[in-house]
Amino acid sequence: MGLTAPGERRTVSYAPESQEGWVATRLDFLVNWGRANSLWPMPFGTACCAIEFMATAASDFDLARFGMERMSYSPRQADVLICAGRVPFKLAPIIRRIWQQMPQPKWCISMGACASTGGMFDNYAVVQGIDTIIPVDVYVPGCPPRPEGLIYGIRMLQEKVKNERASDKGIRDEMEPDPSSQLYIPPPVIDELGEPFGNSVNQTRSGL
Amino acid sequence: MSRFEILRTGASASGAQPATQRNVQHRGGEANPSAKALQEKFSSGVKRVEVIWGETIVYVDPASAHDIIRWLHDDQSQRYDFLSDVTAVEYRDADVPIEVVWQLRSLPYRRFVRIKAQLPKGTLEIDSVWDIYKSADWLERECYDMFGIRFRGHPDLRRILMWESYKEGFPLRKDFPLRGRFSRSEQLRQALAQNPEARYSMEELTIADAFAELPQEMRERLSKGERTGE
Repeated sequence: MGLTAPGERRTVSYAPESQEGWVATRLDFLVNWGRANSLWPMPFGTACCAIEFMATAASDFDLARFGMERMSYSPRQADVLICAGRVPFKLAPIIRRIWQQMPQPKWCISMGACASTGGMFDNYAVVQGIDTIIPVDVYVPGCPPRPEGLIYGIRMLQEKVKNERASDKGIRDEMEPDPSSQLYIPPPVIDELGEPFGNSVNQTRSGL
Repeated sequence: MSRFEILRTGASASGAQPATQRNVQHRGGEANPSAKALQEKFSSGVKRVEVIWGETIVYVDPASAHDIIRWLHDDQSQRYDFLSDVTAVEYRDADVPIEVVWQLRSLPYRRFVRIKAQLPKGTLEIDSVWDIYKSADWLERECYDMFGIRFRGHPDLRRILMWESYKEGFPLRKDFPLRGRFSRSEQLRQALAQNPEARYSMEELTIADAFAELPQEMRERLSKGERTGE
């Protein structure tokens, strides 16, 4: 036991200008990663699906995990329109206006049977699927869907956002309805889809 | 027997059977005292009185319905001061007339009475009770919207649930098809062609027209330019 000479000290010199880290990635991967994880929803809740949507946003299911905790009650700051509930014909111009007020990039989730197909309301007052008014990206089935179902739909939308390519020029095209009739899909198609059970077997007709 | 004893045992104070769903007759039974008073006062206007499930229904002549409701509202022995509902009934048989129904409630005397007036199809017009009950405003608008019954004397008789340019008719009529008269694409085209902002403005929601009807203290506050909290 005794005093020992201190060991040889190693000195590290740090020069920040020579140490900068950098990452190489595709630009659209980075942009899509950012977009998919910060989707701001515009809740368009008209019926019982909106209650399930509230449960999804509340702490048990916690939509904030997916970057969606910021409900955007102004369409001008929203990324994804979540239509939760049945849409009567009287609301059709209003949801169309909200969709047109949302800036690109934008997506739409049709939550529940009524929003997707009219559901059990095959009557004079209810739109038979909101995809006859606006293009829809993800349909969530259920009456109403459980929060897990909506979260699954949101994950599907995130996958879709992550798979977008900047080279694909068509994805940001704005819907342009026919100026005379304000419809954006041909009237015979709407008639066919309005038949009983017509809508539920044609889930991808908006072509997106 | 004390009040608490009644609550605890569920026994009735007088010993009489309580009027529950179990011992109310389907048809017949004691009518509301207002029915007898109506038959004495308006012998020609009152057609018949029925009691179904304990509820008094008075069938009246459409021409005198307004006077009868006015009397029920004003008379001190009746005081029907609350209009629960105005609605209509259409039956499946085409030759059975449409009934307009007023559901009245007397808060001081704790009575209900249901007034029905039968309107033959073709002339669906009857006097409005808006001058008696202001709450009849939207109820009669809904009745007009769904059944097409025109209420004479209503200040603003237009559609309330369907949009105002709705052209397919009156949805709760028996001859109305469930999915509407037009094709789905035509319905959607007409729905998208409506311009809601052209009909409902912020000016419509202001109180300028009704300013004189506001309470005195509210008029004073508003006349000084105080904000109302919107």
